[in-house]
Amino acid sequence: MANTSERTFWDYLADVSENHSPIDFVLIADHLDKFLYGTLVTLEITVLSLLIGGVLAIPLAIARAQRQRGLNGAILSFTYFFRGTPLLVQTYLFYYGLAQFEFIRESFLWAPILSKAWWCALIAFTLNTAAYTTEFLRGAIENTPRGEIEAARACGMSRLTLLWRIILPSAFRRALPAYSNEVIFMLHSSVVLSTITIQDILGVGRWLNGRYYLAYEGFITAMIFYMILVFIISRGFRWWENRWLAHLRPRPLLSTQ
Amino acid sequence: MEKKHPALVVENLRKRFGLEEVLKGLSLNANEGDVISMLGASGSGKSTFLRCINLLEIPDSGSVTVRGETIHMATDRAGNPTPADMQQVVRLRAQLGMVFQNFNLWSHMTVLDNVAEALIYVLKLSKIEAYERAQATLDKVGLSDRRDYYPAHISGGQQQRAAIARALAMEPAVMLFDEPTSALDPELVGEVLKVMRTLADEGRTMLVVTHEIGFARDVSNRVIFLHEGLIETEGTPQAMFSNPESDRFRQFLSNTLH
Repeated sequence: MANTSERTFWDYLADVSENHSPIDFVLIADHLDKFLYGTLVTLEITVLSLLIGGVLAIPLAIARAQRQRGLNGAILSFTYFFRGTPLLVQTYLFYYGLAQFEFIRESFLWAPILSKAWWCALIAFTLNTAAYTTEFLRGAIENTPRGEIEAARACGMSRLTLLWRIILPSAFRRALPAYSNEVIFMLHSSVVLSTITIQDILGVGRWLNGRYYLAYEGFITAMIFYMILVFIISRGFRWWENRWLAHLRPRPLLSTQ
Repeated sequence: MEKKHPALVVENLRKRFGLEEVLKGLSLNANEGDVISMLGASGSGKSTFLRCINLLEIPDSGSVTVRGETIHMATDRAGNPTPADMQQVVRLRAQLGMVFQNFNLWSHMTVLDNVAEALIYVLKLSKIEAYERAQATLDKVGLSDRRDYYPAHISGGQQQRAAIARALAMEPAVMLFDEPTSALDPELVGEVLKVMRTLADEGRTMLVVTHEIGFARDVSNRVIFLHEGLIETEGTPQAMFSNPESDRFRQFLSNTLH
């Protein structure tokens, strides 16, 4: 064992952190790179599923709002199923469930996509967020003031122009606060990843806990990472809402008397 | 300019909502430069008539002709009348500038964008051209200083003037006004009527559904009084107001003027 006087400052810090501090900060610092990498994994799937799911939701919401025959019922079943069941179960269904089917295991999609946890999670997350986004976007579309639609028709806009220039821009703006919730929920729900072998933020926390039996270090660090991400997201949305929702704010005071 | 065609010809327009027949065969002929006021008690069908002209409501029968072009109608599978050619309807609507009782400005756009929108996306003007014309039109209705405001942030009178600018910028053959001052506080009515008077003085063809007897008497060159879906009486303001022939119109006037 080394002489105390020969110990470096770092050794000293590690000793205090390990034996005297309630939380072993040095251990956390040592594994910070893992957490940062886990953040990338979390963000990658969350952002990708939000993007793809959001794009899918637009035509679905339009079809729902316009009560397209046939389509409407099918879309409603889809959103009902994905909003009515937990994301964890949906993810299991894709990850564990698909493997039961021989024709899926033998299909050309099996090796590159359907046997991979990452892809199964992406598909489940995408469909889940698409379902939620479809429904609140449909609500926003249906709440477009009738008079504004009439004004657009009266000045000679075609159906497509009306949709593209009046209904959607107005609905997107009004749906923005609900969408910021959806983004945050999606980030939180992404912890499901850690249950199917993916090292997301929580996955790193669980790994740390499993290896050193230090629950606080792993899980509190993970929580702090999630909090930082939520802080950035809500800041971003607030900025966006300030820009985009100015027309819904009460009339600004023109002058102080 | 196609001087030989009247700006707007409406023939024998009928419209029924459920069991109630709201329009019982209305006809109207507006020449270029006519300013026609339509009066009538509520429920007399004035607003429906206006909305049938640009097909916001589909009339059951009758025809609408804008500068010599008649809107083609057909019947759908259920036997209801429907426009035969939606592209024609879209084109003719651009010729019929509509001003609504509740302004109906697009709330997510600034005043200037509201005016420029249809110029760009319906008339397909270039953005530069569209914004120049929008700006000039706002100057005309006295709203240049509010061009960057959202509709919710300006007064009702200003909103209605912006809505007039939006319709006017399209340079329509006929402007349709559907009770343009009815939703306004009394002190805001004047500024809107003033703008409408300016347009009338310029020789714009206007069809105005209104409760403003003063406007009908002083600005329009023809007054039509509707009663239960039919024209009860019509004529020049002088003839109509100085010596009303119709008892119903006389009664309407005495009720309105107190």
